Amino acid sequence: MRHTLSVLVENSHGVLTRVAGMFSRRGYNIDSLTVGVTEDPTVSRMTIVVRGDDDVLEQVTKQLNKLIEVIRVTDLKNEETVERELAMIKVKSDVNNRSEIMQIADIFRARIIDVAPRSMIIEVTGDETKIEAIEQLLRPFGIKEMVRTGKIALKRGAKGV
Amino acid sequence: MTESSTKMTGSRAFIECLYREGVDTIFGYPGGVLLPIYDEIYDSSIRHILVRHEQSAAHAAEGYARATGKTGVCLATSGPGATNLVTGIANAYLDSIPMVAFTGQVPTALLGNDAFQEANITGITLPITKHNFLVQDANELPRIIKEAFHIASTGRPGPVLIDIPKDITTAEIDFYYPEKVELRGYNPTYQGNIQQIKKAAAEIKKAAKPVIYAGGGVISSDASTDLKEFAEKIQAPVTTTLTGMGAFPVEHKQFVGMLGMHGAKYANYAIQESDLLIAIGARFDDRVTGKLQSFATNAKIIHIDIDPAEISKNVKVDIPIVGDAKSILENLNKYVDKAQSDEWMNRVAHWKKEYPLHYVEPSSGEGIKPQFIIEQISEAAKDAIIVTEVGQHQMWAAQYFKFNKPRTFISSGGLGTMGYGFPAAIGAKVARPDKIVFDIAGDGSFQMSSQELATVVSEDIPVIIAIFNNGYLGMVRQWQELFYDKRYSSTCIQNSVDFVKLAEAYGALGIRATKKSEVRPAIEKAIASGRPTLIDFVVECEENVSPMVPAGAAINEILDLEKKE
Repeated sequence: MRHTLSVLVENSHGVLTRVAGMFSRRGYNIDSLTVGVTEDPTVSRMTIVVRGDDDVLEQVTKQLNKLIEVIRVTDLKNEETVERELAMIKVKSDVNNRSEIMQIADIFRARIIDVAPRSMIIEVTGDETKIEAIEQLLRPFGIKEMVRTGKIALKRGAKGV
Repeated sequence: MTESSTKMTGSRAFIECLYREGVDTIFGYPGGVLLPIYDEIYDSSIRHILVRHEQSAAHAAEGYARATGKTGVCLATSGPGATNLVTGIANAYLDSIPMVAFTGQVPTALLGNDAFQEANITGITLPITKHNFLVQDANELPRIIKEAFHIASTGRPGPVLIDIPKDITTAEIDFYYPEKVELRGYNPTYQGNIQQIKKAAAEIKKAAKPVIYAGGGVISSDASTDLKEFAEKIQAPVTTTLTGMGAFPVEHKQFVGMLGMHGAKYANYAIQESDLLIAIGARFDDRVTGKLQSFATNAKIIHIDIDPAEISKNVKVDIPIVGDAKSILENLNKYVDKAQSDEWMNRVAHWKKEYPLHYVEPSSGEGIKPQFIIEQISEAAKDAIIVTEVGQHQMWAAQYFKFNKPRTFISSGGLGTMGYGFPAAIGAKVARPDKIVFDIAGDGSFQMSSQELATVVSEDIPVIIAIFNNGYLGMVRQWQELFYDKRYSSTCIQNSVDFVKLAEAYGALGIRATKKSEVRPAIEKAIASGRPTLIDFVVECEENVSPMVPAGAAINEILDLEKKE
């Protein structure tokens, strides 16, 4: 089972190493991890997608809380949350299929951010299934390379985590 | 800056911070990048003990901490000095001992350049410290030291490392020592949840066969008297872990000895039959539980621990109470009554009689059984602090010494570090000069730290090293005997050194005992000498630690291994 953890940490050097080190040392699997500064410049937010049953999640949460620089850990699994991920996909394309690819991008409300004689880069935002769906549709054209940010998430409504 | 701020160098600030933390002793070894700090130590009132290997500085700081409850402090230079601390830091981490380790570092401008004697010690110690710091701004040094001592000594204690680049020690700063620590990500829980405490009390009242399983946490929270009151109130048998030795008096009628792999049979039987296991400051280590699926299967489990991450880590817990053992026991004692356990205590007493710890006397009558030495030390120096190395002698010390007070047994539990005992004994003796301090050692373990004979002689630290010299790396030999068809691969170390001459070469007193009748006089001579003393006890070579739970077995599948003569 996959869980999304929202982790507020001190914005100090080495904190990413501590978090990542804890995961690898204790043998927990990270599906994705994103980190960036928050509205408070002394605090960063990590969004960590982790795989495991409830016992694993409990241990992960406790071990994260043990790190001095971790301020708060919230499991977003069962809460009302919005999730987004951004991907950039570089597709093989030329004059013959350019418009077809643009149509697909349109359907997904994705944007073309680079066009070259033999390639295009498409920027798409959404949840995981949406990104997987567009990836699948673009694959027949030939995906040259692709990058995903990993999931970020926030709780809906006025209350924060 | 406040009114109390004054200008001084980083190294001067270092000393000022240690004064404010009440540090009276540090264990260390100088080096290039530490020159400014050592220049300040030269004039300070802090006692600096020069060890002969940095690993001993870390172990000694730990011994000091365990003997007193205060935070131990060690200091080593950059690169190899720092990496030599690593084993000692890991040891303190696994046994949750408060320690602050300072390391010198190359100047900030050279960081990451593979400079001479550079090692990324904060990276290296990341998984074995409670927290660590690399000081990057000299003005932050006082705050960091304050935080380090706070983190090391509160909550679940542990080692904290501070890496100080050389230019930080020479920079001029506005010294200001914060009064309070503000760490928003660190708020250990001390008070146990009262609802959980009441639930536990109700469960205790219902229990027919309760057992108390106490660990090192009882000692670190100074909860021994509360534990005694609790145990006497509910009339339950008490077993302790290796690191919990001394938390409950061995001679108390409710004490059932150590549990686990080399625990007493009756302790393991009691655990396996119990219907309520009350774990206090213990962490269900694999050496304690044996086969996890078969551990205390009939028991509900109450787990009192300050570290929430220990709850249900290995064994599913029914009633967790997170907090300080002392505060929780004080509270619990207000609610508990005697469990329905007359019959149970009688049954446990019967086991205790039926399956005592025992060993077979040597047939010749003059050979020395290692267990006998422990009994003799226990009689001759009953209030001594017993520090051990790791191996068979360690188990015999835990089994046969009659510990009656906390902080009198100091041993490497979690990490199992050979070479730990001698330097830890140095730390303990420096902390408690009023106490007789024994290092119970094996001939293998002792040789991992024997260079510290120079330290004890030059610093006049009269510890007594009792070497149980069987010519083997005994614990490994025991496993080879039992599970590898007596193929003693690389475990025979007979005649590797004349320990008496070695002691004398350093200027310590050396005594040898080869016969049973020489054991007690040797112990008494060592105590009376008031000097650093090494006793070379030539013991029976192939004596085994008994009883023993084979690896992977349930703890009631416990074997007698005594040698028939």
